[in-house]
Order: sequence, then structure tokens, then C-alpha cells
Amino acid sequence: MANFKYHLLVCGGTGCKASESDRIVDALNKEITENGLTGDAKVVATGCFGFCEKGPIVKVLPDNTFYIRVTPNDAAEIIAEHLLKGRKVERLLYLDPETQEHISDSKHMGFYQKQIRIALRNCGFIDPENIDEAISRDAYLALGNCLSELTPKNVIDEIKASGLRGRGGGGFPTGLKWEITRNSVSEKKYVVCNADEGDPGAFMDRSILEGDPHSVLEAMAICGYAIGADTGIIYIRAEYPLAIERLKIAIAQARDYGLLGKNIFGSDFNFDIEMRYGAGAFVCGEETALIHSMEGSRGEPTFKPPFPSVEGYLGKPTNVNNVETFANIPTILLKGAKWFAGIGTERSKGTKVFALAGKINNVGLIEVPMGTTLREVIFEIGGGIQNGKKFKAVQTGGPSGGCLTEKHLDTPIEYDTLIEAGSMMGSGGMIVMDEDDCMVSVAKFYLDFTVEESCGKCSPCRIGNKRLYEMLETITKGEGTLETLDKLRTLSNVIKDTALCGLGQTSPNPVLSTMDNFWDEYVQHVEEKKCVAGVCRDLMSYKVIAENCVGCTACARNCPVNCISGGRKEVHLIDQSACIKCGACMEKCKFNAIEIV
Amino acid sequence: MAKITSLNDLRKIKNELQEKIRLRENAESPESMAQIKVGMATSGIASGAKEVFNYLVEELEKRNVDAVVTQTGDMGYSYAEPTIEVTLPGSEPVVFGWVDVDKADEIIEKYIRNGELVEGIIPANYNTIDD
Repeated sequence: MANFKYHLLVCGGTGCKASESDRIVDALNKEITENGLTGDAKVVATGCFGFCEKGPIVKVLPDNTFYIRVTPNDAAEIIAEHLLKGRKVERLLYLDPETQEHISDSKHMGFYQKQIRIALRNCGFIDPENIDEAISRDAYLALGNCLSELTPKNVIDEIKASGLRGRGGGGFPTGLKWEITRNSVSEKKYVVCNADEGDPGAFMDRSILEGDPHSVLEAMAICGYAIGADTGIIYIRAEYPLAIERLKIAIAQARDYGLLGKNIFGSDFNFDIEMRYGAGAFVCGEETALIHSMEGSRGEPTFKPPFPSVEGYLGKPTNVNNVETFANIPTILLKGAKWFAGIGTERSKGTKVFALAGKINNVGLIEVPMGTTLREVIFEIGGGIQNGKKFKAVQTGGPSGGCLTEKHLDTPIEYDTLIEAGSMMGSGGMIVMDEDDCMVSVAKFYLDFTVEESCGKCSPCRIGNKRLYEMLETITKGEGTLETLDKLRTLSNVIKDTALCGLGQTSPNPVLSTMDNFWDEYVQHVEEKKCVAGVCRDLMSYKVIAENCVGCTACARNCPVNCISGGRKEVHLIDQSACIKCGACMEKCKFNAIEIV
Repeated sequence: MAKITSLNDLRKIKNELQEKIRLRENAESPESMAQIKVGMATSGIASGAKEVFNYLVEELEKRNVDAVVTQTGDMGYSYAEPTIEVTLPGSEPVVFGWVDVDKADEIIEKYIRNGELVEGIIPANYNTIDD
């Protein structure tokens, strides 16, 4: 039924566009017309192939031939050789660095496809509101296997052998957590799913729950079987209405099939799942605070030990795992711990889902094996920085994490290497920043968040973070001194050492990591009273460049506070005392006669 | 719904469902169904996926094109929402991004009817666990 024999897909991602992929499209079209192939072949510009380093990319369908580093001059050869004579253009094929062989089909470029979707395996494939679709893709099969063939100890051993670590941020070994909860003696135990995703810019857990709720339900039941619990509770923020809706549907459908409830798979194992809604407090992502919130108390953390696995919800042993951690479980059990442990690195196994946000071209959700470098994530999968700007930093780990810079780009992403680099894995938010971002302001943004979200129970966090915020404010206003910077660092360290829970202990991280990596920028703010990124308004002023000003009056007419004086054909002057630094004058000036100093 | 009371029950249901899908995919007649999945997680819906979903359902019906439209979760391409995946019988799935109502119209007329690709394709750049 297809009229076109060939489709030529040309990458129209930002990276390839910058290397003239538009002209390749034109050249290919021209060759198609000249060779009388109109109606047989069609050129289509596509989104990013995620292989920007070797761009521009041209892929020929239906045979999936993948050409790299194509230039407009190659168009004639591709059409004449490939389309007319059916011979691939060897020199444009990808050369496998190991075997030194030309590879024509992108499917065989093991390295090209940097992503592997385990936790996201069904996300975007199945209808999340239809359990049958989930079952056709193996949902509940692992649970069935466990109940009929494995003992709880077998299950725990398998999870331990897989090397899976908590995906919520801390990275605690999941199998070990299950084992501790299993060993806690009690008649009643609970499985809790932590769906209180709170890092700014992170939306992995929401996407999993919205796209594949059954994977989490199944894993919770498996966990229940392993630790000896019959009740699961999902703690989810009320701000995720669609995820809640889909979970409700999924739970109802699983109950209808008898996959939740009594005597699952004809065994004597009973398990059912309830939901609790959080009001969106960041601290409730901390497991003890989460448990207090579920009990109906204030969402405040308590000192550990006792750990929830010993004394948790209603004083009973409780196993708390994050959404993404659970989503990995069924696949580990189906494919085996060995398979899972074969992905990733020595100390961090499997994959991690990241939410790419900020000034990156391909904003979205990705899942990469542990050990992938930041460079691969940002410049290949993420398609690089928007508008061709320069990469400055990437923030990982949310308000508890830190900023990583150019020098960390080749660091493999692992729990431990990120901590060594002064940040952390966190739940997987990655906010990319370019040269227009001021790092002091970034630190201030995160502190603003923690001050707002601090529960107020311990003074280092309640009072200390507020003081940190105030100091950062004085710096961005140009009122800071080198002494302020000293105080900032000292107080940060004190808070780290003395705060009660994870929130407080990690809240100074954005400050410390920006100070470590961008010390010069801090010094510039206090010594020269300058913000090179042009973000801190109090540190900059707009000035008219006399020799460029022709006196067109455009700036004066557009100034909202009327602080620009000067008549027609006269050099204008900005009254600094009245200027609100809105930048309207600079935007309107057609003669580049206004500068920021 | 019948209760699933053993692992064999589950395997049976799974095989039946996969068979159903396989038949649909392998159907030879040109009238056989195209399958369209619309990414309808929060980010998709916020960018207008619901409108596109409704449009596809109504228009395919009106234009007598035999196709199944279903919703699905986040495909991960937040920068190109709304996204839809179209699988023509016997072909690999193709994901289209930036799909508004006009684009949906173009996809129905060109790709679904004639197998002609249109702009807005997002190349798959990941492996699945089945690979």
C-alpha cells in the first residue's frame, strides 16, 4: 500500500541542524527530482536521533541503513548508489571502534542505543488502564513464579544478588532492607511505596505510576510475600491526580482478577493495597516523616534508629521503597539477578531513570545503565544545550544534591562517584544550566525551597537554613564580603553535622557544591560586585554607549519608569537611581547602544 | 472477570492476549488495522493529547479508516509532546512528536492511508528488555 519505496530520514535535531541538515534535505530532494525518483522516495526531517556526536544522520528506510556525518555534497552519491543501484555508501557507514567493521543497521550498533528501559519497560507501550495489556507484557508473572516456585528467602536472595539499590536517592541495598524487615518478628508488617516525589524538576515516579501502575502493584505484593506482610500502602502526593486515578483503576482490576486479595494464585498468600495521600510536603519523602504522615500525625521525621524495618507504621516493621525501585523488581525476578547485575557498574547495578530538564534540547525522561557519563546523557541523549549556549553545570539530586561542572562530564553516573564529586544521585532530576545562570542565585533558589519545606522540628534546619538564605541574599545584592563567604561555609558545615534528618543534613549541599566549583563567581559577587551571568539585578546597571546612540528616543519611550532622558538626536542618559533594571531599553534599542556593566 | 487462581491461568491469559495482538499485527489484508497509541501522562495531556486523542477517534471513524486508538503512558519525549505511536500492519512502530490536530490529520491522510512518512518522527533511541 505504500507508494514510496524509500524514505530518507534526516535528523532535524538541534545538533544536526547546526551542521546544515536543512541543506542536506534540500540536496537530497534535488537529487530525487533529477533522478526521476519523485513519488518513489521521500525525504523527511525527524527529531533527534540521540547521536549528535556523529551527526548529521541520514537513515534510509526500509532497509534501516544508517549514515553518519553526512554533508550536502554526499546527497548525490546516496541517491545514485543506494537508491538507484541498491549499493550502500560504505564510507558513510558507522565504523565499529572494536571490530573495525562497517555497521549499516542502527539496531546492531550496541553503543548507539545508550538507553535501556527496565523500569520504563511498559511506559508508553501499554494502556495503563487496561490490565490485559500489562499481562500480555508479563505483568504478574514474576509474582506467580514467586508464589508457586520460590520461598521468601529465595526471593530476597535473588534481589540481594541483583545488587539493586534504592532509587529514591539514598541508594540503600534493597535486598538487605527486605531481609531486615523479614527478620523483624511481628504478626503484622507493612509494605509502603514511597510515591512522594518532591525534587523540583523530577517526574520519573509520576510517569511510572501513570504509565505502568501494575509493575508497582506486582512488586509490592512480591515484597509482601518476601517479608511476610499482607498489607501494602502507597503514599502518594495529592498533586498527582492522574497517577492516583490510574492506580485506583489498576488496584480494582488486579482485585477483579484475584491478583490482589486473598489466596493469590491459589496459594495461602493474601495481599491487598491501599492508598494514602500526602499534601505535598517535601519532608514527607523522608521515610520516618512519611510514616508519621500516614499515621495522621504531623509529617515530622524522627531519629533513626529505630529504622522503619524494625519499628515503622503503627509501630510495626515496615519496608519502605521508592516507586522506581519497585518497578525494577518484577523484571529482576523474571530475567534473573545475574542478568540485572550484568548491567551497570561494579557498585551500582542496573539502570537509572532521569528527568532531564532545564536548558537542554531534549527535555524528557530517559533510562540509562549506571555508569553512563554525564556527557553521554547531556550531549548525546539530551541533544546538548539549547540555543547553542555553553554548558555550565548540571544539578543532580535536587535540593539535597549539588552542581557538577564541565570537569565532571566524563564521570560515570553511580551512587558513589556522584557523592565523591560533591553531589548525589537523588531521585533522578537533572537540571542543566548554561552560561546565563548565576550559581549564587541557583544556590539561593534551592535554599528558598528548603527554608519553605523545613518542618521546623530541629533548630539547625529551621534557623540555620534561613540564615544561609539571608547570607546568599546579601551576596546577590552586592552587600556581601569575603567574611560572608567564610560564614556561609562554616554554617553550612554545622547544619550538615547537626540537623535531625536527611532534609536538613543535605540542605547546605547546593551552597557547598557551588562554592567548591564556582568559588570565583562568589568572589566576584562580593569583591567586584559583579554577576557575570547577568542575573543579579542589584549588581548590574544599564548604560548608554554614547558613540552608538543616535538619539532615536526608542529607549526613553519604552522605559516603564521614565528614567531615560535626552531629546531627539541627542545622546540619552539613564538615571541610575530610578532605573529598575528591567532591560526594556536594551531590548528596544536597534543600535546596540545600551550595555550592561 | 474470571479470577486467576494459578500461574497456569495467568500464562493462558497472557498467551491468548499475545495471540490476539499477533493476529492483528500479521493480518495481510490492506484494510487491517493500524494501531495508534497516544501518550497520555500528565505532560502529554497538558500539551493537548486529549484533544488529539478525541480527534483521532472521531476522524478515523468518519473517514472510515480501520484503526485502534488507545492511550498509553509517558514515552519520555517531553520536549515533543503530544506524542503518538503509529504501528501499521507489518511495519515497525513509528513515533511522531509535536502532534496537534493538523498534524494528526496529516498523519491519517499520508502515513496511515498511504504509508508516506511525514515530518515530526522521533527516532527510537533505546533498547527494551526484550532485545
